[in-house]
Amino acid sequence: MKVAVIGTGITKFGELWDKSFTDLAKEAIDAAIKDSKLDPQQIEAVFCANMLSPNLLGQNHLGALAASIIGTNAPSYTVEAACASGGIAANLAYQAILSGQIKNAIVVGVEKMTDYTTAEVTLGLMGAASEEERQAGLTFPGLYALMAQAHMQKFKTTPKQIAAVAVKNHYHGSLNPNAQFQNQISLEKALVSPVVASPLTLFDCSPITDGAAAIVLSAADDSSSNVTITASAVATDQISLSQRKSLTELIATKIAAQKAYKQAELKPQNINLAEVHDCFTIAEIFAYEDLGFCEKGHGGKLAANGATKLGGKTPVNTSGGLKACGHPVGATGIKQIIEITHQLQGKAGKRQVKNAKIGLTHNVGGSGATAAVHILQI
Amino acid sequence: MTGIVSYGTYIPHLRLKAAEIASFWNKDPQNLENLGIREKSVAAMDEDSVTMGLEAAKQALDRVGLSPQKIEAIIVGSESHPYAVKPSSTIIGQILGVGPKYQALDTEFACKAATAAIELIAGLTKSRKISFGLVVGTDTAQSKPGDALEYTAAGAAAAFILDSKNSIANIYAFTSYSSNTPDFWRRDTQKYPSHGGRFTGEPAYFAHVLGASNQLLEQLRAKPSDFDYVVFHQPNSKFPSQAAKTLGFTQKQLEPGFIVDKMGNPYSASSLVGLAKILDIAKPNQKIFVCSYGSGAGSDAFAIKTTERITAFQKSAKNKVQDQLDAKTYCDYAHYLKISKARNYHL
Repeated sequence: MKVAVIGTGITKFGELWDKSFTDLAKEAIDAAIKDSKLDPQQIEAVFCANMLSPNLLGQNHLGALAASIIGTNAPSYTVEAACASGGIAANLAYQAILSGQIKNAIVVGVEKMTDYTTAEVTLGLMGAASEEERQAGLTFPGLYALMAQAHMQKFKTTPKQIAAVAVKNHYHGSLNPNAQFQNQISLEKALVSPVVASPLTLFDCSPITDGAAAIVLSAADDSSSNVTITASAVATDQISLSQRKSLTELIATKIAAQKAYKQAELKPQNINLAEVHDCFTIAEIFAYEDLGFCEKGHGGKLAANGATKLGGKTPVNTSGGLKACGHPVGATGIKQIIEITHQLQGKAGKRQVKNAKIGLTHNVGGSGATAAVHILQI
Repeated sequence: MTGIVSYGTYIPHLRLKAAEIASFWNKDPQNLENLGIREKSVAAMDEDSVTMGLEAAKQALDRVGLSPQKIEAIIVGSESHPYAVKPSSTIIGQILGVGPKYQALDTEFACKAATAAIELIAGLTKSRKISFGLVVGTDTAQSKPGDALEYTAAGAAAAFILDSKNSIANIYAFTSYSSNTPDFWRRDTQKYPSHGGRFTGEPAYFAHVLGASNQLLEQLRAKPSDFDYVVFHQPNSKFPSQAAKTLGFTQKQLEPGFIVDKMGNPYSASSLVGLAKILDIAKPNQKIFVCSYGSGAGSDAFAIKTTERITAFQKSAKNKVQDQLDAKTYCDYAHYLKISKARNYHL
């Protein structure tokens, strides 16, 4: 038995002033169920991934909210792991189906962030970090800036290599009608943009975004011609950056990736394309190394040599990544699965990767405390 | 048709540099320079919306030697009236020597309080209910220390005397575009306004400025190129430049009335000081497109055409907008905070 992605639904990502949390969730859910050709009553479990709604909107009980939108009495679950909420929600749905308990599940990731001040959102996002980190006055740009500094010190990664990630992802975003940012940027512009937390500048940081994404997963025969999830793995590490064994790698990613490759019986070089967690450009460089796409310390070189750009050997973040497509926190992990699904189905339009057969998604929570890796194949 | 018979402005002489504010709050001044934000005008400790409005109104009267007794309506538009209850218009009227036979009114609609008043006075003068009407837009714009608004919130006043004849320029068409859009607000008894960050852009400023401007152009069956000048409400350098570009106006049309990079944003006086700056140099029979913006939200758009009389007016008018922009003294951030505190002593 396999788990197939039989329906997808996604909203535009961006500053969606006219859409509420419920509007966004409904749009993605309705589209995914319609795409699946299932009757809503055939959905046997509902998973809702989100991080900030209880804090910013005062809305908890999101599993029930999603079920209300669908109009079902099926069991529904709220799932949270900061920015990895979507990835782990997909993992739970996958496990539920494989257990034989249910046949069809919907996983919807939603985030409504732009109605709040940057300060409110920044503070809310720090809920993904540890209490010591909050008390130290850190914010996520600060945490990833520390990781960037460590990587630059140890491996001589350069600002140009780091900025190359933003340039590439904006190029991909310009080909994605759902992306928050459709403008391309130049390396020069990226290098002179205002400093947010040194060495990270404005263009190194993913934006604050509204959006929702939903997938319908279903039990399928081994011979299924649908896109199937051939690996779904989650791993964790210390929530506090200062307690990690290393500042220059995410062990949670490495463990989840190793588990995923084992489940799918694949190696990193078998991956045709990937959606990785570029909450900050440096995070994509870490991802290349931790997912085994290059040797330790060579992530910067890989970012700059064009191999991960559309047309290159292993395109990464054809959706535009978190940087250009946007990062509605709870929705990102699901969006990644949708992007890979569409690529494998040949439905990616202007950003289609040729002969895409095996794709990988990489979704991280906090500064690396949770990592969810999925492999999809057709 | 309503005519502008005379106008005056008052820009206080104190200036605070954006770089001075940035240095205090540890921000990079280069960013501000890139956004076209340089310095703002600051009303001194003994000035407020009433004193500045009075100076502008007096200049307007003196420039055409009009007797204050001929003014039969005064509307003062501001979002910093000294009193929540006690009109600024009667204080200004009394000092000018207007009345007692006159209508006096204060208006509030964020930065478009005065342009809305122009529409009201236009109605009164056109229907011959009154002879001359005076509209004053004046503000000592408030902002919370450390907030982004602080770089541009400025003080100034502009006054326009309207009548249906003997005008130096005629307002030959106007329209308004309004909606309930809460982009910027100040609750009663709050010292400083709050704003919706990025929400103040596309759904607020641009929706209404573009809405009213397109409405007026449609009404007139006109194109941007039919006008010689354009002036928008100027909360910063980026918004009016972007609005002009989107509508199809050129930098050449926008530049003469562009004041924000020289003095910041004096709220209710912003588009009107820009208009005054254009009237200071416009030739006869030239067309000016004006569109204000008030948060909360709405825009008033006007089509104005100068008459032959403007040349003589310009010749005799002293202390024009450019002169007031040039007559400046820089103060530092501490001095500015002292002034702000003194102005809010009653809170």
